[in-house]
Amino acid sequence: AAGMFLRLLSDIQWRAAHPKWRRMTSSQRSTSTTAEPHPVSLPAQAQVVICGGGIMGTSVAYHLSKMGWKDIVLLEQGRLAAGTTRFCAGIVSTARPVSIERKMAHYSNKLYQQLEQETGVQTGYTKTGSISLAQTQDRLISLKRIASSLNVMGIPCEIISPKKVVQLHPLINIHDLVGAMYVPEDALVSSANVSLALATAASRNGVQIHERTSVSHVTVQKGRVTGVETDRGRIQCEYFVNCAGQWAYELGHSGEEPVHIPLHACEHFYLLTHPLKEPLSSSLPTVVDPDGRIYIRNWQGGILSGGFEKNPKPLFTEGRNQLEIQTLQEDWDHFGPLLGALLRRMPGLEALQIMQLVNCPESFTPDMRCIMGESPTARGYFVLAGMNSAGISYGGGAGKYLAEWMVNGYPSENVWSLDLKRFGTLQSSRTFLRHRVMEVMPLMCDLKVPRWDFQTGRQLRTSPLYDRLDAQGARWMEKHGFERVKYFVPPGKDLLDLDHSKTFYKPDWFDIVGSEVKCCKEAVCVIDMSSFTKFEISSTGDQALESLQYLFSNDLDVPVGHVVHTGMLNEKGGYENDCSIARLSKRSFFMISPTDQQVHCWAWLKKHLPDDSNLVMEDVTWKYTALNLIGPRAVDVLSELSYAPMTAEHFPSLFCKEMSVGYANGIRVMSITHTGEPGFVLYIPIEYALHVYNEVMNMGQKYGIRNAGYYALRSLRIEKFFAFWGQDLDAFTTPMECGREFQVKLEKGMQFVGQEALLEQKQNGVYKRFTMFILEDHDTDMDLWPWWGEPIFRNGRYVGKTTSSAYSYTLERHVCLGFVHHFDEKTGEELVVTTDFINQGEYEIDIAGQRFQAKAKLYPFSSLFTQRRRKDEVELSGYQRE
Amino acid sequence: FYLTPPQVNSILKANEYSFKVPEFDGKNVSSVLGFDSNQLPANAPIEDRRSAATCLQTRGMLLGVFDGHAGCACAQAVSERLFYYIAVSLLPHETLLEIENAVESGRALLPILQWHKHPNDYFSKEASKLYFNSLRTYWQELIDLNSGETTDVREALINAFKRLDNDISLEAQVGDPNSFLNYLVLRVAFSGATACVAHVDGVDLHVANTGDSRAMLGVQEEDGSWSAVNLSYDHNAQNEHEVERVKMEHPKSEEKSLVKQDRLLGLLMPFRAFGDVKFKWSIELQKRVIESGPDQLNDNEYTKFIPPNYHSPPYLTAEPEVIHHKLRPQDKFLVLATDGLWETMHRQDVARIVGEYLTGVHHQQPIAVGGYKVTLGQMHGLLTERRARISSVFEDQNAATHLIRHAVGNNEFGTVDHERLSKMLSLPEELARMYRDDITIIVVQFNSHVIGAYH
Repeated sequence: AAGMFLRLLSDIQWRAAHPKWRRMTSSQRSTSTTAEPHPVSLPAQAQVVICGGGIMGTSVAYHLSKMGWKDIVLLEQGRLAAGTTRFCAGIVSTARPVSIERKMAHYSNKLYQQLEQETGVQTGYTKTGSISLAQTQDRLISLKRIASSLNVMGIPCEIISPKKVVQLHPLINIHDLVGAMYVPEDALVSSANVSLALATAASRNGVQIHERTSVSHVTVQKGRVTGVETDRGRIQCEYFVNCAGQWAYELGHSGEEPVHIPLHACEHFYLLTHPLKEPLSSSLPTVVDPDGRIYIRNWQGGILSGGFEKNPKPLFTEGRNQLEIQTLQEDWDHFGPLLGALLRRMPGLEALQIMQLVNCPESFTPDMRCIMGESPTARGYFVLAGMNSAGISYGGGAGKYLAEWMVNGYPSENVWSLDLKRFGTLQSSRTFLRHRVMEVMPLMCDLKVPRWDFQTGRQLRTSPLYDRLDAQGARWMEKHGFERVKYFVPPGKDLLDLDHSKTFYKPDWFDIVGSEVKCCKEAVCVIDMSSFTKFEISSTGDQALESLQYLFSNDLDVPVGHVVHTGMLNEKGGYENDCSIARLSKRSFFMISPTDQQVHCWAWLKKHLPDDSNLVMEDVTWKYTALNLIGPRAVDVLSELSYAPMTAEHFPSLFCKEMSVGYANGIRVMSITHTGEPGFVLYIPIEYALHVYNEVMNMGQKYGIRNAGYYALRSLRIEKFFAFWGQDLDAFTTPMECGREFQVKLEKGMQFVGQEALLEQKQNGVYKRFTMFILEDHDTDMDLWPWWGEPIFRNGRYVGKTTSSAYSYTLERHVCLGFVHHFDEKTGEELVVTTDFINQGEYEIDIAGQRFQAKAKLYPFSSLFTQRRRKDEVELSGYQRE
Repeated sequence: FYLTPPQVNSILKANEYSFKVPEFDGKNVSSVLGFDSNQLPANAPIEDRRSAATCLQTRGMLLGVFDGHAGCACAQAVSERLFYYIAVSLLPHETLLEIENAVESGRALLPILQWHKHPNDYFSKEASKLYFNSLRTYWQELIDLNSGETTDVREALINAFKRLDNDISLEAQVGDPNSFLNYLVLRVAFSGATACVAHVDGVDLHVANTGDSRAMLGVQEEDGSWSAVNLSYDHNAQNEHEVERVKMEHPKSEEKSLVKQDRLLGLLMPFRAFGDVKFKWSIELQKRVIESGPDQLNDNEYTKFIPPNYHSPPYLTAEPEVIHHKLRPQDKFLVLATDGLWETMHRQDVARIVGEYLTGVHHQQPIAVGGYKVTLGQMHGLLTERRARISSVFEDQNAATHLIRHAVGNNEFGTVDHERLSKMLSLPEELARMYRDDITIIVVQFNSHVIGAYH
């Protein structure tokens, strides 16, 4: 069947008007020169132009047309489904580590299942199930974590013994297995045919599909997409969707205004064999052996097996390269280790005859997540690409989310972890991408433990103190290209090397971070927090204040020198950003946001601020080094260095002042710490950074000062129930849902974005509630540690998931933060979550299938706030007075 | 006395050097992928020298091996100076003017060469000023001569060789007020050196050879086997044309005494060389220079000794023979080596050993299933065997080292015998020269993709 449909691909243009596909230009079919006259000319304009006729492009077209958008043109440079999609192994699996990816795969599975019925195109959909094997206990833990998450999504899934594995698949050698995960509803499809089915449905809905038409570039005027230039002429359009797969990067760079789509292709190999003597059943489950780096599925009575080798071969670094395309051939030596793993797993296949070793490039992204969303610089320019070799699993769901994004302004799920705007230009260097994808591809199979980090593409952005901190034992992690300290290894103490420190249990840095936390509580610590995104917004008149009042939920019309914590909300009241804003003068503001907000926040502000030359916004992230002085003695250190009184009377909490520290003048000091502990953040012009750091460390000695890292910071903020944007907060969370009503001024005298939604929530209540859980019967030394994404159970029923967790050295317990929903027991409908509902439940947290009792709290332990600074407004307080 | 394998390796690898042409954006657009070089001394100190550099003002890469005799002074000087002479000869008129103007006004000079040197490859600081002045005189003359024609590589190579040899001779005749330098220029002139230099620019490969070092191209045939193509002629008694040339240049009366015991005037093995003014100057000039020279020179019996039957100097020239070769995709590598290698190994073996070494590293002979019936088990066995073969090659990360290992350690079956290797390498200094000569090797690897794109 596949052959027939591939032959049908030769149709140059499809029309819904024809009930059956017709070869409109059969005489010209065999020639492929672009000079040939195309039978149907391109329309001069369309609402949407989609570039790419693979699974992504056809899925977007399908969903857009289903949602009622009809004026859509899909362009494919070759033939539909003839690129990577055609070579895709066709495995649809929901066994994915990240929640949003599971959701996409789940939706895809349901979509593909009914697609044949809907379109009449055979998709080859077979529900075979999948078995993921574990050769080690750690691998089994990671599978159990996925299994917990699948179960609460209602996807059947079980952890099975090796014996059960043999029953499901007789060819598997189980000698080295400790267990496996079985997902019975995972499926196989012919990806090309799925793509064709989606195209057929889209075409019936009015989408025009043109093959052999390549897009040369997209034109953008005044920050908006205006049209598409193709080799067959120009199409004016409002929206452009880049679904060009591995060419998406190049296409993004072809226009005058580049759109950075950081992905890079690697060669990917899989093996096809002739049928076995006794042909394999087409219902035999797909086998994934991550420790052997391979997957194996049944294929026409034989097998199809590929994998993700340790030493991938990146290609097309310079863009499309005929030389490289021609040399894409079987590389058996390269495939050798994977073949070894295959024969170890299925020794019975030794005598099976080889049919072909297929080399099909796949595109990978810097963080293993796919890329979707709108360009931060060109409105109307949407992207869906970089599937990290899971295109068929994500295809349906990803296309749906992107279509929702275009039609409704945002998808129905939080897709921040897939949003194009999580990247900036800094991830777009070809060298960076080449090196990073060589790490990413093997990572598809590597064991991922809590707090793992990428090792390539590092030391790109650093603080001026980097070398100083490094010399003092700093261990580093990376966020948005910026090196940040995890913790400091004291002299004379050795930690395990990278490979051996991987654990789901208590990590080797436990005591080190403990002593940093203790120092923050009892003396003073310095944390370099330079990575945070910093904007300055100023105007000639009141424009800055007025605009910000509209965009932020808290009242920013505060006296000069005050700092305000506030959300930047969307229409639904959800957090687009969570930041601290200092009023520097009547007409200028200094805004601090999370590190990975650099692109997103900038784009949001650009989109919403009036186009007024008197209103100036500047990204000053690179101009300042931020030192966070945390602890009760921070005040002493700073007052000695500045000869200025720093006590609460003179320098209350949430206050900002320019002052001198040591010899350096113009240091912006703010009495916030992002942790709830007393202290200050110093924003230091970078040329003074080393001086101020030295002064602080010298002066601090007598107060017991020491360096600390982000792990200590995280422990401190989580035990105090501080939510972080990107981790706990997202575009689907409102201040009302996370106990931050006090950061919203509904009556500040003017309208702001999200106000209506918040008012409604205030009246009607919220449907989820941010809650803190203290693990009760959890043994820190012996039990698995929570990470995030663990299911929460209330009275034995699933109510939500954790979003972050940390060990609290003060409480000597693990603390998890997460959202509690209230699902109706019968209908599953979401109900209002009340304080009583939270308080009157018995809670359990599921860590890799093991449940731990947890105590739910809506307010932090007030005893943890040692030193009350400003009487009426403790940073992040408000709960106590409720 | 017995050396352990790690000891053997540390001796073999002491002078190894590798250079990879940098990849720009993941792709190397040069026809050269890089080179490996290495030296194994027999003389103490070693009399061989090597050089490698990239031309910065013109395109192309220069690589050369130099075999010194009667000391290392001449080989050292040639290794430092020759590439500058070649680079200058290749420069267009405007660039020469620019450089001259920069020197004249004390501005920074355009860099001419990017050297690729092993830490042991030194340049003499003391003579740099002297060398520079001679070079400057040369380019000034080139500027004055401005022919207006584009520079032909063959001509540039020949001119550079001849000019440098001339400068060496002149510097020795003029002398230097600084006594150290004065002695140095005389030692350079009275010792000698052969030179074998390759210039690679795109698909154009030129080899200029003076003396008995040798350049050899490694070619991979369609069936995957290796063959060798000579890119130089040895200038010694085994080369009939060379013997003929020497005889032509001198009166018939000298015919018998010109070549004796396969040596020029019965003394010199190479028939062409740098320096060696004893075979170039008139007897009067030699005597005058030696008498006015420093005492060390006067005390040296060798320098004072006038070759027998010395009637019609010069008997020796530094003029190279230049061979031009257009690189083809099947040309995989070039080996430049001093006679120390060629005395012990046949070029066909050299081609095979280097070829197999390089393919081992790069899997250049991919397996293809094609229409054959192969089972998974058979394929697995084949791949395992291939990997095992590669890992044995991986003992050396450097093709030149690998070649030296074979040259010194090969037994009668053509495989490396550790015992033999150990013995050869542990010979005392005074004996080493009896069993082997200094060996210097450069293996240049070509980029078949880039070369293919030219065709």
